[in-house]
Amino acid sequence: MSRRPGGEGLRAVRHVLRVYPALLRVGFADMFAYRAEMVVWLLTMNMPLVMMALWTTVAATGPVGRFGQREFVAYYLGMLLVRIITGSWLVWELTMEIRHGTLASRLLRPIHPLWAHSAMQLAAVPLRALLVSPLVLVLYWVAGERLPLHEPARLAVAVAAIAGAWILLFLVMAIIGTLAAYVESALSIFDVWLGAQAVLSGFLVPLELLPPWVSQAARYLPFRYILGFPVETLIGLESTTSALHELGVQWLFIAGSLVATLALWRAALKRFAAFGG
Amino acid sequence: MRPLRHYARLLAVQMRTSLTLAVQYRFDFFLEGALALFWLAITLIPLLVVYSRRESVAGWSFPEALVVVGWFSVLKAVLDGGVTPSLNFVVEGVRKGTLDFILLKPADAQFLVSTARFEPWRILDFLGSIAVLAYAFHRLGRVPSVGDFMVGLALFGVALILLYSLWILVVSVSFRVVKVDNLSYLFISIFDAGRWPIDVFKGALRLIFTVVFPLALMTTYPAQALLGKLTSAHALLAGTGGLAFAAIARLVWKRALRAYTSASS
Repeated sequence: MSRRPGGEGLRAVRHVLRVYPALLRVGFADMFAYRAEMVVWLLTMNMPLVMMALWTTVAATGPVGRFGQREFVAYYLGMLLVRIITGSWLVWELTMEIRHGTLASRLLRPIHPLWAHSAMQLAAVPLRALLVSPLVLVLYWVAGERLPLHEPARLAVAVAAIAGAWILLFLVMAIIGTLAAYVESALSIFDVWLGAQAVLSGFLVPLELLPPWVSQAARYLPFRYILGFPVETLIGLESTTSALHELGVQWLFIAGSLVATLALWRAALKRFAAFGG
Repeated sequence: MRPLRHYARLLAVQMRTSLTLAVQYRFDFFLEGALALFWLAITLIPLLVVYSRRESVAGWSFPEALVVVGWFSVLKAVLDGGVTPSLNFVVEGVRKGTLDFILLKPADAQFLVSTARFEPWRILDFLGSIAVLAYAFHRLGRVPSVGDFMVGLALFGVALILLYSLWILVVSVSFRVVKVDNLSYLFISIFDAGRWPIDVFKGALRLIFTVVFPLALMTTYPAQALLGKLTSAHALLAGTGGLAFAAIARLVWKRALRAYTSASS
């Protein structure tokens, strides 16, 4: 269904840029229609708070590695923040559309479905940012001096890292969601991904508190670049130089996932057309 | 006694339907089984990390905390196998309007929706959790006394009642706020905190997990009972708390049902 061969790439990009604002507006309205659901979703993000409570109790008798009570609070607040801002529902939407066949109607529209999905997910970000803004204030109160507010370079890296985390997670969800065209249990695959991510991204426990071989291995896996890396950069656990280096790794993962997403999407569409009739 | 026998037969029929559904997807059985063990391992990782740094946390040694985790996983297996599937069934029924078919049937509606779906393969999670409990007591080098074991068993009953009552409350909410796919996720995500002994929480969280969403009554107290550390005052509190919750849940359910107007009206 890809009707745009490479030569028309520039025109396609211009087309996307033209319709993207409208798509964002639709997504934004949709988000407001389901406010209650958004609040319930936010409340499901309570795990970092529980882990924060646990670790501050542990750290009451003295710091754990580099982490004292304040560091733990800052870390898990940052985790909550990044998790809420970068989270998306793409994998559930995509698997449902493929299974129910409603993807067909999306394919008729003159824009790549993944572009449309990205607009829907991106439109949720402002409202989420608004809802988590009290968290930012608490974070400032707890760890103001650690935040990169007076270091433009580190601030830029942190923002780029969070944006990169959003894109990387989106692409991973696109890949796993597209697999629904091949296997019935794409959501189970995503479950396994989530399990691995909980441990290897630093979501449950800061990576540096895991055994050294695990935290070393995590540097070569994508999970860390979705959560742990942006959080560590944000709350100043990483120097600006090493953060810049890791930003490069993150964008390498993004480039790789993008290629994989497009290739898989193309192959899956042929299959989808085949069983859609 | 006739209504009781009638409901026992109804339960058997509902379970048979779930079993028939489950064996249709045999591959899922193995997949879900493997996933269950995977998640059990992930549950243990934070515990292992914490206890690699400290000998004891908030007065709990590693094997003692492991008893809480084991107990938590047992309850989670029951939740995933017997409670959540029905919860999803009802939430979907409210949205599509198919709940009406159930309300029309000549039996207690609460009973029917509570037994609508089971996932038999969760028995694997259950066995895995029992293994964790067994290992914890192996590390402690002793077994619970018969008395402690009986109290633990009684509190298991209380925990089930609590779990079920909370679930009924959630379903009652779904009558009012229809578009709530995330409701069962919320329920599970809060329940997840029950893997930690209540003593690690301070202040507001502790109050919430004891009174509002009584995780302490569900996992910490039973674990303490098995360890022989539960005072009789706490045991009594857990018992009455459980019954009070059940009564409130039944009341809220009745009221919610009266307010329920199906999706089409």
